[in-house]
Amino acid sequence: MATNILKQIQFYKINLSGNDKNNLTIYRSIFLYCIIYFALTEKKIIFASQNNQSNLTYIIMLNQYETVFIATPVLSENQIKEAVKKIKKIITDNGGKIVHEENWGLRKLSYPIQKKSTGFYYLIEFQAEGALIEKLEVEYRRDERIIRYLTFRMDRYAIEYSEKKRKQKENEKKTEE
Amino acid sequence: MAQNESEIRYLTPPTVEIKKKKYCRFKKNKIKYVDYKDPEFLKKFLNEQGKILPRRLTGTSLKYQRKVATAIKRARHLALLPYVTDMLK
Repeated sequence: MATNILKQIQFYKINLSGNDKNNLTIYRSIFLYCIIYFALTEKKIIFASQNNQSNLTYIIMLNQYETVFIATPVLSENQIKEAVKKIKKIITDNGGKIVHEENWGLRKLSYPIQKKSTGFYYLIEFQAEGALIEKLEVEYRRDERIIRYLTFRMDRYAIEYSEKKRKQKENEKKTEE
Repeated sequence: MAQNESEIRYLTPPTVEIKKKKYCRFKKNKIKYVDYKDPEFLKKFLNEQGKILPRRLTGTSLKYQRKVATAIKRARHLALLPYVTDMLK
């Protein structure tokens, strides 16, 4: 469990230049206020420490997201691969880390979307900051190949569940071999 | 005559319903997360028209009913479950 948390942690450093003591106290009070704010609202910062007088280090816990999108069945396999590559590139370029991906393949939709009764499903799990999601969803909306998408933040239990499922699949593969 | 009155005979034996106590299946099996990717499981919480069944019928606790509801809504959005149908089961 401890290693899992460590994976999600990213280090951020703020360097405060200048030896002005007054400045530093102001910074410090703002910083403390930020910590309390985050702790109460988003639970993002979990640890804060002060190394030197001018170096403040704090740790931010990244959110884990899961996104699923449906591509149109009209596309060829190469086109789908291209679309997937594009989405993955958006995630990695904006500082996200892909944890897991899954191709569900062509599936029947339970109701028609844009007059199509089937679609290619693709799932990506990634760790990133919240600002990425907006960019990703804009990109989804612009892309005509994608007919549906869903993104949401995973809570503690969701992460546990997906990890358990992945392990089960690995074990199944091993036993088959 | 007095004997006949005390012995009431039925053509079919009366069925006395033994009320089974409802329980929350998530609490009992210690399931912490409701997966929206498993439509077959979520169908247990839907009626034939694809509506979400109330808590008073399924016995789910409030905490998990909320999670079931969001999972079903996510599944509907991704066309894993229908919004409206007939004869779902």
